[in-house]
Amino acid sequence: MTTIEAAAAPKAQRRGLRALLLRDYLVLVISVLIVLLPLVYLLFSSFKSPGDLATTQFQLMPETWSTANYDQALDQLPFGRFFLNSAIVTVVGAGLKVLLAIFTAYGLVFCEFPGKTYIFWAVLATLMVPPQVTVLPNFVFISGLGGVDTYWGLILPGLATGFGTFLLRQAFMQLPPEIMEAAELDGAGHWHRLWHHVVPMAGPSIATVALVNVVYEWNDYLWPLVITNDPDMMTLARGITLLRNSDNLAASVGPIMAGTVMVLVPVLLLFAVLQRHIVNGFTQGGVKG
Amino acid sequence: MLPNLALIVMFTYRPLFQNFYYSTLSWELGSSVATKVGLDNYVDFFSSGEAGKVLLTTAIFTVGTVGFSLALGLMVALALNRKLPGAGFAQATVFAPYVLSGFAVALLWLYIFDPNIGALGAILRALGGTSPDWINNPTLTLVMVIIVYVWKNLGYAAVIYLAGLQAVPNDLLEAAMLDGAGPVRRFWSVTFPLLSPTTFFLLVTVILNSLQAFDLLIGLDRLGRGARTLIFDSYLTGFVEADAGRSAMLSTVLFVILVALTLFQLVYVERKVHYR
Repeated sequence: MTTIEAAAAPKAQRRGLRALLLRDYLVLVISVLIVLLPLVYLLFSSFKSPGDLATTQFQLMPETWSTANYDQALDQLPFGRFFLNSAIVTVVGAGLKVLLAIFTAYGLVFCEFPGKTYIFWAVLATLMVPPQVTVLPNFVFISGLGGVDTYWGLILPGLATGFGTFLLRQAFMQLPPEIMEAAELDGAGHWHRLWHHVVPMAGPSIATVALVNVVYEWNDYLWPLVITNDPDMMTLARGITLLRNSDNLAASVGPIMAGTVMVLVPVLLLFAVLQRHIVNGFTQGGVKG
Repeated sequence: MLPNLALIVMFTYRPLFQNFYYSTLSWELGSSVATKVGLDNYVDFFSSGEAGKVLLTTAIFTVGTVGFSLALGLMVALALNRKLPGAGFAQATVFAPYVLSGFAVALLWLYIFDPNIGALGAILRALGGTSPDWINNPTLTLVMVIIVYVWKNLGYAAVIYLAGLQAVPNDLLEAAMLDGAGPVRRFWSVTFPLLSPTTFFLLVTVILNSLQAFDLLIGLDRLGRGARTLIFDSYLTGFVEADAGRSAMLSTVLFVILVALTLFQLVYVERKVHYR
Protein backbone atom coordinates (compact mmCIF):
# COMPACT_ATOMS: atom_id res chain seq x y z
CA MET A 1 0.00 0.00 0.00
CA THR A 2 2.78 2.38 0.92
CA THR A 3 4.39 2.22 -2.48
CA ILE A 4 1.28 2.84 -4.54
CA GLU A 5 0.30 5.74 -2.40
CA ALA A 6 3.71 7.31 -2.58
CA ALA A 7 3.74 6.96 -6.35
CA ALA A 8 0.23 8.16 -7.02
CA ALA A 9 -0.14 10.76 -4.32
CA PRO A 10 -0.12 14.37 -5.43
CA LYS A 11 1.91 16.71 -3.25
CA ALA A 12 -1.13 17.86 -1.29
CA GLN A 13 -1.77 14.28 -0.19
CA ARG A 14 1.79 13.72 0.96
CA ARG A 15 1.16 15.39 4.27
CA GLY A 16 -1.88 13.18 4.92
CA LEU A 17 0.20 10.15 4.09
CA ARG A 18 2.87 11.18 6.53
CA ALA A 19 0.26 11.57 9.28
CA LEU A 20 -1.06 8.11 8.41
CA LEU A 21 2.38 6.53 8.61
CA LEU A 22 3.00 8.29 11.89
CA ARG A 23 -0.27 6.91 13.26
CA ASP A 24 0.66 3.38 12.19
CA TYR A 25 4.07 3.76 13.76
CA LEU A 26 2.44 4.87 16.95
CA VAL A 27 0.17 1.81 16.93
CA LEU A 28 3.20 -0.45 16.55
CA VAL A 29 5.26 1.27 19.22
CA ILE A 30 2.38 1.23 21.69
CA SER A 31 1.58 -2.44 21.07
CA VAL A 32 5.23 -3.42 21.48
CA LEU A 33 5.42 -1.47 24.74
CA ILE A 34 2.19 -2.99 26.06
CA VAL A 35 3.64 -6.45 25.48
CA LEU A 36 7.19 -5.80 26.65
CA LEU A 37 6.67 -3.57 29.69
CA PRO A 38 4.84 -6.15 31.84
CA LEU A 39 7.46 -8.77 30.98
CA VAL A 40 10.35 -6.43 31.80
CA TYR A 41 8.56 -5.35 34.97
CA LEU A 42 8.23 -9.00 35.99
CA LEU A 43 11.90 -9.69 35.34
CA PHE A 44 13.03 -6.65 37.33
CA SER A 45 10.57 -7.35 40.11
CA SER A 46 11.86 -10.87 40.54
CA PHE A 47 15.24 -9.34 41.46
CA LYS A 48 13.84 -6.81 43.93
CA SER A 49 14.40 -7.16 47.63
CA PRO A 50 11.28 -8.25 49.57
CA GLY A 51 10.82 -4.71 50.87
CA ASP A 52 10.88 -3.19 47.36
CA LEU A 53 8.39 -5.75 46.09
CA ALA A 54 5.63 -5.19 48.60
CA THR A 55 5.75 -1.42 48.32
CA THR A 56 2.74 0.68 47.45
CA GLN A 57 4.88 3.00 45.29
CA PHE A 58 5.47 2.27 41.65
CA GLN A 59 9.03 1.37 40.95
CA LEU A 60 10.28 -0.29 37.80
CA MET A 61 13.89 -1.09 38.67
CA PRO A 62 15.01 -2.78 41.85
CA GLU A 63 16.65 -0.41 44.32
CA THR A 64 19.16 -3.09 45.12
CA TRP A 65 19.49 -6.17 42.95
CA SER A 66 18.93 -9.27 45.01
CA THR A 67 18.37 -12.96 44.39
CA ALA A 68 16.45 -13.27 47.65
CA ASN A 69 13.22 -14.20 45.84
CA TYR A 70 14.90 -17.04 43.98
CA ASP A 71 16.59 -18.23 47.17
CA GLN A 72 13.27 -18.11 48.98
CA ALA A 73 11.47 -19.96 46.16
CA LEU A 74 14.13 -22.70 46.13
CA ASP A 75 13.95 -22.83 49.89
CA GLN A 76 10.18 -23.22 50.15
CA LEU A 77 9.63 -25.62 47.28
CA PRO A 78 11.74 -28.02 45.22
CA PHE A 79 12.00 -25.69 42.22
CA GLY A 80 14.97 -27.62 40.88
CA ARG A 81 12.78 -30.70 40.83
CA PHE A 82 9.92 -28.75 39.18
CA PHE A 83 12.30 -27.61 36.47
CA LEU A 84 13.58 -31.14 35.91
CA ASN A 85 10.04 -32.55 35.81
CA SER A 86 8.93 -29.92 33.29
CA ALA A 87 11.97 -30.72 31.15
CA ILE A 88 11.33 -34.47 31.30
CA VAL A 89 7.62 -34.17 30.53
CA THR A 90 8.33 -31.73 27.69
CA VAL A 91 11.13 -33.68 26.03
CA VAL A 92 9.62 -37.15 26.40
CA GLY A 93 6.04 -36.02 25.77
CA ALA A 94 6.80 -33.88 22.74
CA GLY A 95 9.31 -36.43 21.39
CA LEU A 96 6.88 -39.34 21.58
CA LYS A 97 4.09 -37.24 20.13
CA VAL A 98 6.19 -36.33 17.11
CA LEU A 99 7.20 -39.97 16.59
CA LEU A 100 3.59 -41.13 16.80
CA ALA A 101 2.51 -38.39 14.41
CA ILE A 102 5.23 -39.39 11.90
CA PHE A 103 4.21 -43.06 11.97
CA THR A 104 0.51 -42.36 11.74
CA ALA A 105 0.88 -39.82 8.95
CA TYR A 106 3.16 -42.21 7.03
CA GLY A 107 0.60 -44.98 7.35
CA LEU A 108 -2.22 -42.72 6.24
CA VAL A 109 -0.34 -41.48 3.19
CA PHE A 110 1.84 -44.34 1.93
CA CYS A 111 0.08 -47.53 3.03
CA GLU A 112 -3.07 -49.04 1.62
CA PHE A 113 -5.54 -50.66 3.96
CA PRO A 114 -9.31 -50.88 4.29
CA GLY A 115 -11.12 -48.06 6.08
CA LYS A 116 -8.26 -45.60 5.66
CA THR A 117 -10.55 -42.64 5.03
CA TYR A 118 -12.62 -43.39 8.10
CA ILE A 119 -9.52 -43.63 10.23
CA PHE A 120 -8.32 -40.29 8.92
CA TRP A 121 -11.66 -38.68 9.78
CA ALA A 122 -11.56 -40.26 13.22
CA VAL A 123 -8.12 -38.74 13.80
CA LEU A 124 -9.21 -35.36 12.45
CA ALA A 125 -12.34 -35.32 14.60
CA THR A 126 -10.21 -35.44 17.76
CA LEU A 127 -9.30 -31.81 17.08
CA MET A 128 -12.83 -31.02 18.23
CA VAL A 129 -12.31 -32.70 21.59
CA PRO A 130 -10.24 -30.46 23.85
CA PRO A 131 -8.44 -32.07 26.79
CA GLN A 132 -10.69 -30.09 29.13
CA VAL A 133 -13.65 -32.25 28.13
CA THR A 134 -11.85 -35.53 28.75
CA VAL A 135 -9.95 -34.60 31.91
CA LEU A 136 -12.36 -36.13 34.41
CA PRO A 137 -12.68 -39.61 32.85
CA ASN A 138 -8.94 -39.65 32.12
CA PHE A 139 -8.24 -38.75 35.74
CA VAL A 140 -10.52 -41.52 37.02
CA PHE A 141 -8.88 -44.00 34.64
CA ILE A 142 -5.23 -43.05 35.21
CA SER A 143 -5.58 -42.68 38.97
CA GLY A 144 -7.29 -46.09 39.03
CA LEU A 145 -4.17 -47.55 37.40
CA GLY A 146 -1.97 -45.89 40.00
CA GLY A 147 -0.74 -43.12 37.71
CA VAL A 148 -1.04 -40.28 40.22
CA ASP A 149 2.38 -38.72 40.87
CA THR A 150 4.16 -40.76 38.19
CA TYR A 151 5.87 -39.66 35.00
CA TRP A 152 3.87 -42.06 32.88
CA GLY A 153 0.65 -40.77 34.40
CA LEU A 154 1.71 -37.22 33.56
CA ILE A 155 2.73 -38.00 30.00
CA LEU A 156 0.60 -40.86 28.67
CA PRO A 157 -2.91 -39.36 28.28
CA GLY A 158 -1.59 -36.37 26.34
CA LEU A 159 0.19 -38.46 23.73
CA ALA A 160 -2.77 -39.06 21.42
CA THR A 161 -2.07 -36.56 18.69
CA GLY A 162 -4.57 -35.46 16.12
CA PHE A 163 -2.93 -32.11 15.40
CA GLY A 164 0.55 -33.45 14.56
CA THR A 165 -0.84 -36.31 12.49
CA PHE A 166 -3.00 -33.93 10.51
CA LEU A 167 -0.18 -31.46 9.76
CA LEU A 168 2.32 -34.16 8.83
CA ARG A 169 -0.19 -35.93 6.62
CA GLN A 170 -0.55 -32.68 4.66
CA ALA A 171 3.24 -32.36 4.43
CA PHE A 172 3.79 -35.98 3.36
CA MET A 173 1.17 -35.73 0.64
CA GLN A 174 3.09 -32.88 -0.95
CA LEU A 175 6.31 -34.87 -1.30
CA PRO A 176 7.22 -35.72 -4.91
CA PRO A 177 5.77 -39.19 -5.68
CA GLU A 178 8.61 -40.04 -8.10
CA ILE A 179 11.14 -40.32 -5.29
CA MET A 180 8.91 -42.65 -3.33
CA GLU A 181 8.29 -44.79 -6.41
CA ALA A 182 12.01 -44.96 -7.16
CA ALA A 183 12.72 -46.02 -3.58
CA GLU A 184 10.05 -48.69 -3.82
CA LEU A 185 11.53 -50.02 -7.07
CA ASP A 186 14.92 -50.20 -5.36
CA GLY A 187 13.28 -52.58 -2.96
CA ALA A 188 13.43 -50.26 0.03
CA GLY A 189 11.03 -51.32 2.77
CA HIS A 190 8.65 -48.99 4.57
CA TRP A 191 11.06 -48.50 7.46
CA HIS A 192 13.89 -47.47 5.14
CA ARG A 193 11.65 -45.25 3.03
CA LEU A 194 10.31 -43.53 6.13
CA TRP A 195 13.69 -42.65 7.69
CA HIS A 196 15.77 -42.12 4.54
CA HIS A 197 13.30 -40.37 2.26
CA VAL A 198 10.18 -39.08 3.97
CA VAL A 199 11.61 -37.73 7.23
CA PRO A 200 14.53 -35.81 5.67
CA MET A 201 12.32 -34.26 3.00
CA ALA A 202 9.57 -33.27 5.45
CA GLY A 203 12.12 -31.97 7.96
CA PRO A 204 10.76 -28.42 8.30
CA SER A 205 7.20 -29.62 8.89
CA ILE A 206 8.36 -32.13 11.47
CA ALA A 207 10.37 -29.42 13.22
CA THR A 208 7.29 -27.18 13.29
CA VAL A 209 5.15 -29.91 14.83
CA ALA A 210 7.90 -30.60 17.38
CA LEU A 211 8.17 -26.93 18.38
CA VAL A 212 4.44 -26.51 18.84
CA ASN A 213 4.35 -29.64 20.99
CA VAL A 214 7.33 -28.53 23.08
CA VAL A 215 5.64 -25.21 23.86
CA TYR A 216 2.35 -26.98 24.53
CA GLU A 217 3.83 -29.54 26.92
CA TRP A 218 5.89 -26.97 28.80
CA ASN A 219 2.83 -24.76 29.38
CA ASP A 220 0.31 -27.54 30.02
CA TYR A 221 -1.47 -26.86 33.28
CA LEU A 222 -4.80 -28.62 33.79
CA TRP A 223 -3.57 -32.22 33.54
CA PRO A 224 -0.50 -31.75 35.81
CA LEU A 225 -2.80 -29.88 38.21
CA VAL A 226 -5.11 -32.86 38.70
CA ILE A 227 -2.64 -35.74 38.37
CA THR A 228 0.11 -34.59 40.77
CA ASN A 229 -0.14 -34.04 44.53
CA ASP A 230 3.44 -34.73 45.53
CA PRO A 231 5.61 -31.61 45.03
CA ASP A 232 8.48 -33.82 43.87
CA MET A 233 6.43 -34.84 40.81
CA MET A 234 5.05 -31.43 39.88
CA THR A 235 5.92 -29.44 36.79
CA LEU A 236 6.87 -25.77 37.12
CA ALA A 237 3.50 -24.15 36.45
CA ARG A 238 1.78 -26.74 38.64
CA GLY A 239 4.36 -26.18 41.34
CA ILE A 240 3.92 -22.40 41.64
CA THR A 241 0.26 -23.07 42.34
CA LEU A 242 1.40 -24.16 45.80
CA LEU A 243 2.53 -20.60 46.50
CA ARG A 244 -0.71 -19.13 45.32
CA ASN A 245 -2.95 -20.45 48.04
CA SER A 246 -4.43 -17.29 49.47
CA ASP A 247 -5.77 -13.99 48.25
CA ASN A 248 -3.01 -12.19 50.11
CA LEU A 249 -0.56 -11.93 47.25
CA ALA A 250 1.85 -9.73 49.22
CA ALA A 251 2.76 -12.62 51.52
CA SER A 252 4.36 -14.72 48.78
CA VAL A 253 4.82 -12.38 45.83
CA GLY A 254 8.63 -12.70 45.76
CA PRO A 255 8.85 -16.44 45.21
CA ILE A 256 5.82 -16.31 42.90
CA MET A 257 7.57 -13.78 40.65
CA ALA A 258 10.77 -15.83 40.68
CA GLY A 259 8.83 -18.98 39.78
CA THR A 260 6.92 -17.17 37.05
CA VAL A 261 10.20 -16.02 35.49
CA MET A 262 11.41 -19.64 35.53
CA VAL A 263 8.28 -20.75 33.64
CA LEU A 264 8.34 -17.95 31.07
CA VAL A 265 12.03 -17.51 30.26
CA PRO A 266 12.73 -20.87 28.56
CA VAL A 267 9.79 -20.43 26.18
CA LEU A 268 10.70 -16.79 25.53
CA LEU A 269 14.27 -17.79 24.67
CA LEU A 270 13.03 -20.53 22.36
CA PHE A 271 10.66 -18.06 20.76
CA ALA A 272 13.39 -15.44 20.32
CA VAL A 273 15.53 -17.93 18.38
CA LEU A 274 12.87 -19.71 16.35
CA GLN A 275 10.03 -17.23 16.27
CA ARG A 276 9.25 -17.57 12.59
CA HIS A 277 8.77 -21.35 12.80
CA ILE A 278 6.78 -21.07 16.02
CA VAL A 279 4.46 -18.42 14.63
CA ASN A 280 3.95 -20.57 11.53
CA GLY A 281 3.24 -23.64 13.60
CA PHE A 282 0.66 -21.93 15.77
CA THR A 283 -1.12 -20.27 12.87
CA GLN A 284 -1.20 -23.23 10.47
CA GLY A 285 -4.59 -23.58 8.92
CA GLY A 286 -5.24 -19.92 9.47
CA VAL A 287 -3.59 -19.08 6.21
CA LYS A 288 -6.18 -21.11 4.35
CA GLY A 289 -9.09 -19.34 5.98
CA MET B 1 0.49 -45.94 13.57
CA LEU B 2 -1.41 -48.41 15.70
CA PRO B 3 -0.14 -47.04 19.02
CA ASN B 4 -1.36 -43.56 18.12
CA LEU B 5 -4.77 -44.87 17.12
CA ALA B 6 -4.94 -46.88 20.31
CA LEU B 7 -4.03 -43.79 22.33
CA ILE B 8 -6.62 -41.72 20.51
CA VAL B 9 -9.29 -44.30 21.23
CA MET B 10 -8.10 -44.69 24.80
CA PHE B 11 -7.66 -41.08 25.83
CA THR B 12 -9.96 -39.14 23.54
CA TYR B 13 -12.91 -41.26 22.41
CA ARG B 14 -13.27 -43.50 25.44
CA PRO B 15 -13.31 -40.59 27.91
CA LEU B 16 -15.63 -38.65 25.65
CA PHE B 17 -18.28 -41.36 25.88
CA GLN B 18 -17.46 -42.04 29.50
CA ASN B 19 -18.17 -38.40 30.13
CA PHE B 20 -21.69 -38.77 28.73
CA TYR B 21 -22.15 -41.73 31.04
CA TYR B 22 -20.74 -39.96 34.11
CA SER B 23 -23.06 -37.06 33.43
CA THR B 24 -26.03 -39.33 34.16
CA LEU B 25 -24.69 -40.27 37.60
CA SER B 26 -24.91 -38.82 41.02
CA TRP B 27 -21.35 -39.57 42.04
CA GLU B 28 -18.87 -38.14 44.46
CA LEU B 29 -15.38 -38.18 42.92
CA GLY B 30 -13.31 -40.88 44.61
CA SER B 31 -16.34 -42.65 46.06
CA SER B 32 -17.14 -46.20 45.00
CA VAL B 33 -20.88 -45.60 45.08
CA ALA B 34 -22.66 -43.95 42.18
CA THR B 35 -26.39 -43.72 41.56
CA LYS B 36 -27.92 -43.51 38.12
CA VAL B 37 -30.03 -40.40 37.93
CA GLY B 38 -30.72 -40.15 34.21
CA LEU B 39 -30.80 -36.58 33.02
CA ASP B 40 -31.33 -35.10 36.49
CA ASN B 41 -27.97 -33.30 36.43
CA TYR B 42 -28.99 -31.51 33.24
CA VAL B 43 -32.46 -30.73 34.51
CA ASP B 44 -31.09 -29.40 37.82
CA PHE B 45 -28.58 -27.20 36.06
CA PHE B 46 -30.89 -25.71 33.48
CA SER B 47 -33.85 -25.23 35.79
CA SER B 48 -31.86 -23.55 38.56
CA GLY B 49 -30.55 -20.02 38.30
CA GLU B 50 -27.01 -21.30 37.99
CA ALA B 51 -27.18 -22.18 34.31
CA GLY B 52 -28.10 -18.61 33.51
CA LYS B 53 -25.27 -17.28 35.63
CA VAL B 54 -22.56 -19.57 34.28
CA LEU B 55 -23.69 -19.24 30.69
CA LEU B 56 -23.88 -15.45 31.06
CA THR B 57 -20.34 -15.31 32.46
CA THR B 58 -19.16 -17.57 29.61
CA ALA B 59 -20.95 -15.38 27.07
CA ILE B 60 -19.57 -12.10 28.46
CA PHE B 61 -16.06 -13.52 28.61
CA THR B 62 -16.29 -14.90 25.08
CA VAL B 63 -17.86 -11.82 23.50
CA GLY B 64 -15.43 -9.52 25.31
CA THR B 65 -12.30 -11.46 24.41
CA VAL B 66 -13.37 -12.12 20.82
CA GLY B 67 -14.51 -8.56 20.17
CA PHE B 68 -11.39 -6.90 21.50
CA SER B 69 -8.99 -9.50 20.05
CA LEU B 70 -10.42 -9.05 16.56
CA ALA B 71 -10.76 -5.27 16.62
CA LEU B 72 -7.34 -4.60 18.14
CA GLY B 73 -5.78 -7.44 16.13
CA LEU B 74 -6.99 -5.86 12.90
CA MET B 75 -5.68 -2.47 13.99
CA VAL B 76 -2.23 -3.90 14.70
CA ALA B 77 -2.30 -5.92 11.45
CA LEU B 78 -3.07 -2.79 9.41
CA ALA B 79 -0.09 -1.05 10.99
CA LEU B 80 2.15 -4.10 10.45
CA ASN B 81 1.09 -4.28 6.82
CA ARG B 82 2.81 -0.93 6.09
CA LYS B 83 6.14 -2.73 6.19
CA LEU B 84 7.64 0.03 8.27
CA PRO B 85 11.16 -0.57 9.57
CA GLY B 86 10.91 -2.70 12.68
CA ALA B 87 7.61 -4.27 11.64
CA GLY B 88 9.11 -7.76 11.83
CA PHE B 89 10.25 -7.19 15.37
CA ALA B 90 6.88 -5.70 16.29
CA GLN B 91 5.05 -8.70 14.82
CA ALA B 92 7.18 -11.18 16.76
CA THR B 93 6.80 -9.20 19.98
CA VAL B 94 3.05 -8.90 19.70
CA PHE B 95 2.75 -12.63 19.02
CA ALA B 96 5.05 -13.70 21.87
CA PRO B 97 2.48 -13.74 24.72
CA TYR B 98 0.43 -16.26 22.72
CA VAL B 99 3.03 -18.98 23.32
CA LEU B 100 3.51 -18.27 27.03
CA SER B 101 2.06 -20.31 29.87
CA GLY B 102 -1.41 -19.01 30.68
CA PHE B 103 -0.95 -19.67 34.36
CA ALA B 104 2.37 -17.78 34.56
CA VAL B 105 0.91 -14.88 32.57
CA ALA B 106 -1.98 -14.77 35.03
CA LEU B 107 0.40 -14.52 38.00
CA LEU B 108 2.37 -11.74 36.32
CA TRP B 109 -0.79 -9.68 35.77
CA LEU B 110 -2.15 -10.50 39.19
CA TYR B 111 0.85 -8.71 40.62
CA ILE B 112 0.30 -5.71 38.34
CA PHE B 113 -3.43 -5.51 39.14
CA ASP B 114 -3.07 -6.12 42.88
CA PRO B 115 -4.84 -3.19 44.61
CA ASN B 116 -2.26 -2.98 47.43
CA ILE B 117 1.14 -3.72 45.95
CA GLY B 118 0.47 -3.65 42.19
CA ALA B 119 1.96 -1.29 39.65
CA LEU B 120 -1.42 -0.26 38.27
CA GLY B 121 -2.73 0.80 41.68
CA ALA B 122 0.49 2.68 42.38
CA ILE B 123 0.23 4.58 39.10
CA LEU B 124 -3.43 5.41 39.71
CA ARG B 125 -2.63 6.62 43.23
CA ALA B 126 0.21 8.76 41.92
CA LEU B 127 -2.32 10.36 39.56
CA GLY B 128 -4.58 11.05 42.49
CA GLY B 129 -6.99 8.15 42.04
CA THR B 130 -7.49 4.85 43.82
CA SER B 131 -7.14 1.31 42.58
CA PRO B 132 -10.36 -0.53 41.71
CA ASP B 133 -10.80 -3.70 43.74
CA TRP B 134 -10.03 -6.19 40.96
CA ILE B 135 -9.84 -9.09 43.38
CA ASN B 136 -13.00 -8.88 45.49
CA ASN B 137 -15.47 -7.37 43.04
CA PRO B 138 -16.65 -10.22 40.75
CA THR B 139 -17.55 -7.90 37.87
CA LEU B 140 -14.14 -6.23 37.95
CA THR B 141 -12.47 -9.63 38.22
CA LEU B 142 -14.18 -10.66 34.99
CA VAL B 143 -13.05 -7.41 33.35
CA MET B 144 -9.48 -8.03 34.51
CA VAL B 145 -9.54 -11.59 33.14
CA ILE B 146 -10.79 -10.34 29.77
CA ILE B 147 -8.05 -7.68 29.59
CA VAL B 148 -5.30 -10.20 30.34
CA TYR B 149 -6.75 -12.76 27.93
CA VAL B 150 -6.79 -10.20 25.13
CA TRP B 151 -3.19 -9.20 25.97
CA LYS B 152 -2.13 -12.82 25.64
CA ASN B 153 -4.08 -13.72 22.51
CA LEU B 154 -4.14 -10.54 20.46
CA GLY B 155 -1.05 -11.54 18.47
CA TYR B 156 -2.79 -14.55 16.98
CA ALA B 157 -5.59 -12.43 15.49
CA ALA B 158 -3.02 -9.86 14.30
CA VAL B 159 -0.90 -12.43 12.45
CA ILE B 160 -3.91 -14.10 10.81
CA TYR B 161 -5.32 -10.72 9.79
CA LEU B 162 -1.92 -9.74 8.40
CA ALA B 163 -1.94 -12.82 6.17
CA GLY B 164 -5.44 -11.87 5.03
CA LEU B 165 -4.38 -8.28 4.30
CA GLN B 166 -1.46 -9.42 2.21
CA ALA B 167 -3.88 -11.33 0.00
CA VAL B 168 -5.92 -8.19 -0.77
CA PRO B 169 -5.09 -7.38 -4.41
CA ASN B 170 -3.32 -4.07 -4.91
CA ASP B 171 -5.09 -3.27 -8.18
CA LEU B 172 -8.46 -3.06 -6.42
CA LEU B 173 -7.06 -0.58 -3.92
CA GLU B 174 -5.44 1.36 -6.75
CA ALA B 175 -8.69 1.48 -8.71
CA ALA B 176 -10.53 2.72 -5.64
CA MET B 177 -7.89 5.38 -5.15
CA LEU B 178 -8.22 6.57 -8.75
CA ASP B 179 -11.97 6.84 -8.12
CA GLY B 180 -11.06 9.29 -5.39
CA ALA B 181 -11.68 7.07 -2.38
CA GLY B 182 -9.72 8.20 0.69
CA PRO B 183 -7.93 5.78 3.03
CA VAL B 184 -10.92 5.38 5.35
CA ARG B 185 -13.31 4.77 2.47
CA ARG B 186 -10.85 2.34 0.86
CA PHE B 187 -10.65 0.37 4.08
CA TRP B 188 -14.40 0.01 4.62
CA SER B 189 -15.39 -0.47 0.98
CA VAL B 190 -12.53 -2.63 -0.30
CA THR B 191 -10.25 -4.07 2.36
CA PHE B 192 -12.75 -4.96 5.06
CA PRO B 193 -15.26 -6.78 2.80
CA LEU B 194 -12.40 -8.72 1.19
CA LEU B 195 -11.22 -9.72 4.66
CA SER B 196 -14.58 -11.21 5.60
CA PRO B 197 -13.44 -14.86 5.19
CA THR B 198 -10.50 -14.10 7.51
CA THR B 199 -12.81 -12.37 9.98
CA PHE B 200 -15.17 -15.33 9.93
CA PHE B 201 -12.35 -17.82 10.40
CA LEU B 202 -10.99 -15.80 13.34
CA LEU B 203 -14.41 -15.38 14.84
CA VAL B 204 -14.90 -19.14 15.07
CA THR B 205 -11.35 -20.08 16.15
CA VAL B 206 -11.13 -17.33 18.75
CA ILE B 207 -14.55 -18.27 20.15
CA LEU B 208 -13.43 -21.92 20.34
CA ASN B 209 -10.19 -20.91 22.10
CA SER B 210 -11.97 -18.62 24.55
CA LEU B 211 -14.42 -21.37 25.48
CA GLN B 212 -11.44 -23.58 26.32
CA ALA B 213 -9.53 -20.97 28.35
CA PHE B 214 -8.69 -22.32 31.77
CA ASP B 215 -5.12 -21.71 33.04
CA LEU B 216 -5.44 -17.97 32.85
CA LEU B 217 -8.81 -17.95 34.57
CA ILE B 218 -7.79 -20.04 37.53
CA GLY B 219 -4.53 -18.11 37.83
CA LEU B 220 -6.30 -14.77 38.11
CA ASP B 221 -9.48 -15.87 39.84
CA ARG B 222 -8.45 -18.71 42.13
CA LEU B 223 -11.91 -19.51 43.48
CA GLY B 224 -13.94 -18.64 40.42
CA ARG B 225 -15.74 -15.72 41.99
CA GLY B 226 -15.94 -13.57 38.89
CA ALA B 227 -14.84 -15.62 35.89
CA ARG B 228 -16.60 -18.94 36.50
CA THR B 229 -17.18 -19.93 32.88
CA LEU B 230 -18.49 -23.36 31.83
CA ILE B 231 -15.11 -25.02 31.74
CA PHE B 232 -13.95 -23.40 34.97
CA ASP B 233 -17.23 -24.40 36.64
CA SER B 234 -16.72 -27.97 35.42
CA TYR B 235 -13.24 -28.10 36.97
CA LEU B 236 -14.30 -26.58 40.30
CA THR B 237 -17.39 -28.78 40.51
CA GLY B 238 -15.49 -31.97 39.71
CA PHE B 239 -12.11 -31.54 41.35
CA VAL B 240 -12.81 -29.12 44.21
CA GLU B 241 -16.40 -29.93 45.13
CA ALA B 242 -15.94 -33.58 44.04
CA ASP B 243 -19.33 -33.68 42.30
CA ALA B 244 -18.22 -35.82 39.36
CA GLY B 245 -21.64 -36.33 37.78
CA ARG B 246 -22.40 -32.64 37.61
CA SER B 247 -18.89 -31.84 36.38
CA ALA B 248 -19.25 -34.35 33.54
CA MET B 249 -22.62 -32.82 32.68
CA LEU B 250 -21.01 -29.37 32.44
CA SER B 251 -18.17 -30.51 30.19
CA THR B 252 -20.68 -32.37 28.02
CA VAL B 253 -22.63 -29.13 27.57
CA LEU B 254 -19.35 -27.42 26.66
CA PHE B 255 -18.50 -30.18 24.19
CA VAL B 256 -21.88 -29.87 22.46
CA ILE B 257 -21.31 -26.14 22.04
CA LEU B 258 -17.81 -26.71 20.62
CA VAL B 259 -19.04 -29.31 18.12
CA ALA B 260 -21.91 -27.09 17.03
CA LEU B 261 -19.50 -24.22 16.36
CA THR B 262 -17.06 -26.42 14.46
CA LEU B 263 -19.80 -27.89 12.28
CA PHE B 264 -21.09 -24.38 11.62
CA GLN B 265 -17.61 -23.44 10.42
CA LEU B 266 -17.25 -26.55 8.26
CA VAL B 267 -20.57 -25.87 6.54
CA TYR B 268 -19.54 -22.30 5.88
CA VAL B 269 -16.12 -23.25 4.51
CA GLU B 270 -17.80 -25.84 2.29
CA ARG B 271 -20.05 -23.15 0.85
CA LYS B 272 -17.17 -20.80 0.25
CA VAL B 273 -15.35 -23.47 -1.76
CA HIS B 274 -18.43 -23.80 -3.95
CA TYR B 275 -18.51 -20.11 -4.66
CA ARG B 276 -15.03 -20.10 -6.10
